[in-house]
Amino acid sequence: MTNSIREIEDARLLFVIGSNTTEAHPVISYYMKRAVKKGATLIVCDPRRIDLVRWATHHVQHRVGTDVALLNGLMNEIIARGWADKTFIEQHTENYEELARMVAAYPLERAAEITGVDAGQLREIARIIATTKPMGLYYTLGITEHTCGTDNVMTCANLQMLLGNMGRPSTGVNPLRGQNNVQGACDMGSLPNIYQNYQRVDNPAVIEKFKKGWKVDRLPEKPGLTIPDMFSGMLDGRTRAFICHGENVVMSEPNEAHTIRCLEALDFLVVLDIFPNQTTPYADVIFPCACWSEQDGTFTNTERRVQRVRKVVEPPGESREAWWIYAELARRLGYDMEFESAHEVWEDMRRLGTGYAGITWERIEERGIQWPAPTTRHPGTAYLHKDGNFARGKGKFMPADWRPPAETPDEEYPFTLSTGRRLWHYHTGTQTRNCVGFNELFGEELVEVSPQDARDLKIRDGDYVWVVSRRGRVKMKAWVTERSPKGVLWSSFHFHEAHINVVTNNAFDPVTQTAEYKACAARLEKA
Amino acid sequence: MPKFTLNGRAVEAAEGQTILDVARDQGFYIPSLCYHPKVGQSGMCRVCAVEVEGARGLVMSCITPVTEGMVVTTESPRLLEVRRTIVDMLLSEGEHDCLACEMCGECELQDAAYRLGIERASMVMDKPSLEVDASHPMLVRNPNRCIHCYRCIKGCNNTVVNEVLDMGYRGIQSLVVADQNVPLAESSCVSCGECVQLCPTGALIGKKSIGTGRVWNLEKVRTTCPYCGVGCQMWLHVDRARNRVVKVTGDEEGAPNQGMLCVKGRFGFDFPASDKRLTMPLIRKNGVHEPVSWEEALDFTAQRLKEIREQYGADTISAISSSRDVNENNYAAMKFMRAVIGTNNIDNCART
Ligand code: SF4
Ligand code: SF4
Repeated sequence: MTNSIREIEDARLLFVIGSNTTEAHPVISYYMKRAVKKGATLIVCDPRRIDLVRWATHHVQHRVGTDVALLNGLMNEIIARGWADKTFIEQHTENYEELARMVAAYPLERAAEITGVDAGQLREIARIIATTKPMGLYYTLGITEHTCGTDNVMTCANLQMLLGNMGRPSTGVNPLRGQNNVQGACDMGSLPNIYQNYQRVDNPAVIEKFKKGWKVDRLPEKPGLTIPDMFSGMLDGRTRAFICHGENVVMSEPNEAHTIRCLEALDFLVVLDIFPNQTTPYADVIFPCACWSEQDGTFTNTERRVQRVRKVVEPPGESREAWWIYAELARRLGYDMEFESAHEVWEDMRRLGTGYAGITWERIEERGIQWPAPTTRHPGTAYLHKDGNFARGKGKFMPADWRPPAETPDEEYPFTLSTGRRLWHYHTGTQTRNCVGFNELFGEELVEVSPQDARDLKIRDGDYVWVVSRRGRVKMKAWVTERSPKGVLWSSFHFHEAHINVVTNNAFDPVTQTAEYKACAARLEKA
Repeated sequence: MPKFTLNGRAVEAAEGQTILDVARDQGFYIPSLCYHPKVGQSGMCRVCAVEVEGARGLVMSCITPVTEGMVVTTESPRLLEVRRTIVDMLLSEGEHDCLACEMCGECELQDAAYRLGIERASMVMDKPSLEVDASHPMLVRNPNRCIHCYRCIKGCNNTVVNEVLDMGYRGIQSLVVADQNVPLAESSCVSCGECVQLCPTGALIGKKSIGTGRVWNLEKVRTTCPYCGVGCQMWLHVDRARNRVVKVTGDEEGAPNQGMLCVKGRFGFDFPASDKRLTMPLIRKNGVHEPVSWEEALDFTAQRLKEIREQYGADTISAISSSRDVNENNYAAMKFMRAVIGTNNIDNCART
């Protein structure tokens, strides 16, 4: 997030797109609803009638995968009416002409046709967002989990720059990160192209710094593989060994059959995890790990706040912390990792870090600090791009053209299937489904289908159905609900017994390699 | 910054601060059963009454801001009598069986009674017991312990804005109800537990913690929620002897969440104690996973990685680390891949 969670409550306008906030980020939704109670306008753009709509002043129900067309249409109207923030654009941005040229191709009528939203409503929304400030924009995986995910993100940023909603409290472009430590895992350099704090692996100065800092003679200089490339490499021998640490890939990756085929082709699979899961059967070695409440460390939340996680109980049996496992493996391969506790790992990271360099465990003993905090005196950073001063100098408009999802409905597969998370469960279920009470709250996966489609297919609420795509079929119970618009099915990936990633599409955004979990073509059959 | 006299002491208050807040800051005990900083002023239960010179009657300290020159007394025979009467009444009206109550030791009504020297309710009211609602997997609602302070209702409606609870019926019959007076399990409740956190007595409690330990047997340790990216701050209530977390409460001072949590954060604390956990290193031998020593598992893994690197090159080895695991473990994973294996093939599920 460019801005902070607590600023949400003071926004006058909240623009929520592709985020099922009440279920995926409940506490953030409380702040949004509080803002509404204080008089803020809440615009929810979502193909589905999600719970947050109950509190929304406006619900824009665009078709799945038409976000770019929707936002370009709004920007077209904003520019045409002279509502763009000209001063901000002049002083803090570049490439505006390109943007204007691109969105000129999206008059409201065309945007309405692509998105299925009434042009009158689009006009109204454009007026509201252009005239109500500050506006914060919030999105989640509904924006990123598309083959056009990068375009979606850029277009969100374009809108906020066009309106000058950057660098001030309660504004900004705010991705709500899905899991407790996605932000941290990326900040730590668990990405193919960067070391911790986004220091690039192909920058000679950075390479020199890490060679010295880590006491090694050489370091790889080309960016490595992303997850989809690692997997496709398993099928043709480019990937021989795979270390899978705390990720139940068989369930979390799209197209389960493909994932399993890949894992089976490996020479050597190492799994570090806390439970036996759907991936462990394919492992050659399984290391039992300590988990939350059994180890010390830190998580970084979605607003970049680094906070302590504490050990209060002993891990079961012989399980150990993952850092210890890596240090032991390293020793056997002739390298000394130079840490013997989680705190020493942190210090090793911090020593060669940048934005984290000022964040010591001592400083965050009581309260977390938001990076960047480059020195131990730096108070941390509540919001980025202060007063419109972007990290790269000027904010660059990155215009994008709308394109449909990789797979769209046709005669054989007439539905768009979208997937996501539920309030009651988490990820592949290993945590919540091993807690008392959660299976009573929500005990079986459902596929959500609109009343109209259910009537046409003679499916009743609670009937078992097959969800079928080009990749496979899965049987689950139907939930006939107004949450789904006509033509859209929806389900989550929390239950291995009825597992929607059997059917999802392993098509990826060309830049981020994020899979299109939010849209594939499917059909329903009575079971 | 008004200056005033508090129990004979000259004290300065911040602008707009209430008598109750200043008195508490100064270390004076005034019970307050309806007021809670989070749900705002109330002035209903009247146990926070104080004397202010020149005022007509008693003054409710939770709703009265300090003004220049005020002379305030927070403890006097008359005040104690008033408080005793109110607390005695509340005890008499309900079924406050502290021996059995989960909140014993942390109950604000029990505390007030103790401070006021009340041993037991002086009257026994002839009132039928109300039905306890244990329908919900996470919450138990016992209306017989409810003192009608409205904290849960205000919390549910104004703090977390889930808009489930309300006061049903009127007068002596009044009762906290969910939606149109349905059992909690059938209501629109999202199990966030804010009402439990705010309830001053044992009228609303977390079901999973019942009977798992008294407050004085448990240690409180602050940590970060293991679920979504909000990073809510919470207190773990730990039974060291049994090596278990038995309860979670929100940290009211926590930066992102101000004490609020959701169902996962508040009630999803027991997966580490599951008996399904992995407990031993395992190696596949003849098609089955067999428990082995750490020595064997580590030696074998290091050996295989070395062979594969020698035979096919470092770039044929890839790793993903976990966006659910701590930063330290993610850093260790990436350092291992880069410095030890010699490849940049490291990623996490952020992209998926
Ligand atoms: S648990 Fe949360 S939603 Fe349910 S009644 Fe209590 S405060 Fe309201
Ligand atoms: S308590 Fe709920 S909202 Fe808060 S971090 Fe945990 S999962 Fe997220």
